[in-house]
Amino acid sequence: MPKDHGIGASSKRREDVRFLTGEGNYTDDINVNGQAHVFFLRSDIAHGTLNSVDTSAAEGMPGVVKVFTGADFEAVGSVPCGWQVTDKHGEPMQEPRHPVLAHGKVRHVGEPIAAVVAETLEQARDAAEAIVVDITDLPAVVDMKEAVKADAPKVHDDLTSNLCYDWGFVEENKGAVDAAFEEAAHVTTLELVNNRLVANPMEPRVAVGDYARGTGDHTLYTTSQNPHVIRLLMGAFVLGIPEHKLRVVAPDVGGGFGTKIFHYQEEAFVTFAAKACNRAVKWTSSRSEAFMSDAHGRDHVTKIELALDKDNNFTALRTDTYANMGAYLSTFAPSVPTWLHGTLMAGNYKTPLIYVNVKAVFTNTVPVDAYRGAGRPEATYQLERLIDKCAHELKVDPIKLRRQNFVMEFPYATPVAVEYDTGDYVATMDKLEEMADIAGFQKRREASEAKGKLRGFGVNCYIEACGIAPSNLVGQLGARAGLFESCTVRVNATGGLVVMTGSHSHGQGHETSFSQVVADMIGIPEEMVEIVHGDTANTPMGMGTYGSRSLAVGGSAMVRATEKIIAKATKIASHLLEASESDVELKDGAFTVAGTDKSVAWGDVTLAAYVPHNYPLEEIEPGLEETAFYDPSNFTYPSGAYACEVELDPETGQVTVERFSAADDFGNIVNPMIVTGQVHGGLAQGIGQALLENCAYDSDGQLLSASYMDYAMPRASDLPFYDVDHSCQTPCTHNPLGVKGCGEAGAIGSPAAVVNAVLDAMRSGGKDVEHIDMPVSPNRVWEAMNG
Amino acid sequence: MYNFDVEMPTTIADAVAALGREEAQPLSGGQTLIPTLKARLAAPSVLVSLHGIPEMKGVCKNDAGQVCIGGATTHATVAADAAADYPALASLAARIGDPAVRNRGTIGGSIANNDPSACYPAGVLASGATIVTNSREIAADDYFQGMFDTALEEGEIVTEVKFPVPEAAHYEKHLQPASRFPLVAVFVAKFADGVRVAVTGASENGVFRWTEAEEALSANFSADAVAGLKADGSEMISDLHGSGTYRAHLVGVMTKRAVAAMG
Ligand SMILES: Cc1cc2nc3c(=O)[nH]c(=O)nc-3n(C[C@H](O)[C@H](O)[C@H](O)COP(=O)(O)OP(=O)(O)OC[C@H]3O[C@@H](n4cnc5c(N)ncnc54)[C@H](O)[C@@H]3O)c2cc1C
Repeated sequence: MPKDHGIGASSKRREDVRFLTGEGNYTDDINVNGQAHVFFLRSDIAHGTLNSVDTSAAEGMPGVVKVFTGADFEAVGSVPCGWQVTDKHGEPMQEPRHPVLAHGKVRHVGEPIAAVVAETLEQARDAAEAIVVDITDLPAVVDMKEAVKADAPKVHDDLTSNLCYDWGFVEENKGAVDAAFEEAAHVTTLELVNNRLVANPMEPRVAVGDYARGTGDHTLYTTSQNPHVIRLLMGAFVLGIPEHKLRVVAPDVGGGFGTKIFHYQEEAFVTFAAKACNRAVKWTSSRSEAFMSDAHGRDHVTKIELALDKDNNFTALRTDTYANMGAYLSTFAPSVPTWLHGTLMAGNYKTPLIYVNVKAVFTNTVPVDAYRGAGRPEATYQLERLIDKCAHELKVDPIKLRRQNFVMEFPYATPVAVEYDTGDYVATMDKLEEMADIAGFQKRREASEAKGKLRGFGVNCYIEACGIAPSNLVGQLGARAGLFESCTVRVNATGGLVVMTGSHSHGQGHETSFSQVVADMIGIPEEMVEIVHGDTANTPMGMGTYGSRSLAVGGSAMVRATEKIIAKATKIASHLLEASESDVELKDGAFTVAGTDKSVAWGDVTLAAYVPHNYPLEEIEPGLEETAFYDPSNFTYPSGAYACEVELDPETGQVTVERFSAADDFGNIVNPMIVTGQVHGGLAQGIGQALLENCAYDSDGQLLSASYMDYAMPRASDLPFYDVDHSCQTPCTHNPLGVKGCGEAGAIGSPAAVVNAVLDAMRSGGKDVEHIDMPVSPNRVWEAMNG
Repeated sequence: MYNFDVEMPTTIADAVAALGREEAQPLSGGQTLIPTLKARLAAPSVLVSLHGIPEMKGVCKNDAGQVCIGGATTHATVAADAAADYPALASLAARIGDPAVRNRGTIGGSIANNDPSACYPAGVLASGATIVTNSREIAADDYFQGMFDTALEEGEIVTEVKFPVPEAAHYEKHLQPASRFPLVAVFVAKFADGVRVAVTGASENGVFRWTEAEEALSANFSADAVAGLKADGSEMISDLHGSGTYRAHLVGVMTKRAVAAMG
């Protein structure tokens, strides 16, 4: 019987009541008395010298409060980068200054040059049109391999080149890896592109800055996945506002997918301008602005090679990747192609020797940073495409080749620094083979062929490192932040609980699943637990939500705080019961003396904590409120196996996904329905990347896919009904809930399955195509088949 | 958006008079014009709404057996009300955009705009329809003059489009994946005196008639008759979604499929 409440139950998402009835409180719903509006004048040139910005005409326009340019921010800090990567020579990466408003140069289309604050947005826009900007065009740097050539124009004149860093991992293993390739019985090589994406959360970014002159208090309302991180980065590094004078509120947030992790200059601008104008300043991104100012994702160009012995065992892996940073370093950009990508190159396989080289490159494009999966989809895609190509070259079954090389014993120390605590890759593959009905594939292929179509089947395995991350470890790797999580549990006198978490929910359903955990631990109804998040004024310092870390890290902090609550409540109960503490146990919301019928209800104990008449005041304090900080000892390693079946129209090149099966191991599961939903969303984004999404620039650095007219988002009709299973469960060994995280899996595990299936379909039509780059558009398929 | 005035005439005559004002522009469903205004890419000082003019709305059949559609008739209305008399045209209308677009966007707006990827121009041209304006009648063959270009004069409005009904017709559309406008679409109309084939989405010169296919099909109306034909790729649109060569190829495939669908 499935549970109907607590851990393991598919409790309905309580937050959906307000989201689905228009009662959510998003940042754009926040209007501060007397607020003004800002419009950013953005560069329409990718690269140029900013000679002058003449705002004199604009300043006199109706409704204008104040016009700002880069000069106003000279005394202000650079928008900071939160991760310093050390290159293969032991040198720190090159780190350019990132101004709030462009100064001296413009470096990508969409970079803000000036900002007009006015009574209304339309007045601000009118005035922005009166600003005269004089820019001398410079040749744009777009292609990464061109960018690193000695004579390439430089994005940042004060850096030695466009190379941010040249990272080797593990550098000491390089010689041994190369030697293994010399001795290999077979080597498979593949060159591919991991296409640049735009995250496109349904809610665009919004920031409202407010300032109280009487107290000197700043407030920033912003669409963020991690308000405390924004407070720290913006307060300490950009504007010099101490944290006790700066409150950051991220209320209901309509999707993030990574792009709302980062600290953006618009946030610093509205905070700064609110004080300068002495009134609140609001910015709401238009969709067009989002395309050219939200950090983009992916954009890797990779060459990957696999060495095998004569028995088809993987002996070594070598990769060479160019990773696009865009024009500036976004908050976590340097970590994505390195520590979130290189460390995952072992995948599900026991390849003993691995060497990863990554060159991070500045170009005249929008900054690139983490997007759902961040580094791990790039790792998985190249590896799983390579293995498929290898299987085809060796004429062996791709599933068999994978199975033969699976890691079988845990814990498993990879040659790329991480140690998998647990997993069972055979179990998820077994499950997948059953779900995907491989036996019936031939019949389905024949049915497609009878209609003049081709049908293909492709698989993909993945592991990911989630639950980011042990602070001391990431500190060694260059993180300029800790990655613990925090929680305060406040029990009210009548027994209800308020759980204040440092995690942030922007669609994940924490208000439901977090309540399930606490309610289950105490044995009370979920409705007695309220989850509070997203406001630095009423939550403990937390690091926020990304990297599938909320339940694994934030949930663990919550469990620890709740355990402290239970321990103290047990003390109070034993006093009330006049029993020894060791004899008192909490079950189903009541404290009972073991072996007797003496018991006291949860509510009586909580009341005693706040009305301490009959209370051991000499031993414990009144009140019932506890805080815990949790720093994980390792990452978590969700894993799984995915299968995709496509139909391909050889005349038009159109590919449709007919079946998609996903067998995941997420460890223990708190709310199966929410987990299924997370996988569904991830699959939509992964299939979107594989078939549709393409953020493209021309050679002048103009964004070609700058609106939904040209940027293809996956729609419901582009996707099949998924078959999703998470019954294979190897619980995480090092966090109290045994959970691993599920938010990114779908996006990580699906693209290679789709592309592998497309190539299989082409082969069945007599076209042996080695590789096709994403998005696998009809034009590309048709060209590949007719080329 | 910049500021503008709005006029709400209830007759064609009043609309034409209102369009005499300085920098006036007709507004029909607004599905093209409103986004253009929001992006500040146009700055008319007066918008003359065609929405409240009863004589420009609806689908009917005239004595000559033509299906006549008022210029301000929405795609949704055409999809429903032309279904019995001209199913291929109704099906074209039913596949434009999404429900919101279909319930606002109009035939007059679509063919006045003459987007090189719009659906209606193919249906109008292949049918050999007549475009009726406030001042004259224009044959489809004379009306479409290239990308975003038509025979309409300043201040002239499309009040009605009259469609001769072919013996059989079909509209075959290959979608551009982002906008879901046609990447290439072909409307084939078979009349007693010959076949007309109009192609949209493909050419840098907007909608066009593929005469080679028309000749082949007029001689032998079968998918095989066009199977070997290749459209000229030299003036085809080439963009993120498809090269000119690919589009030229799709013209052949869509034509063949349209013919096959007509049985
Ligand atoms: C999301 C989306 C998807 C779409 N998908 C498709 C698609 O798949 N296929 C397709 O063909 N179209 C598509 N469209 C366009 C849609 O069909 C528009 O409705 C149409 O192009 C314009 O019609 P309208 O009535 O909205 O005109 P408006 O936007 O009001 O006007 C368009 C232009 O025509 C002028 N005009 C309007 N009416 C007249 C008239 N009677 N006489 C003279 N000039 C006039 C206006 O001044 C303006 O210049 C899509 C639009 C959107 C927003």
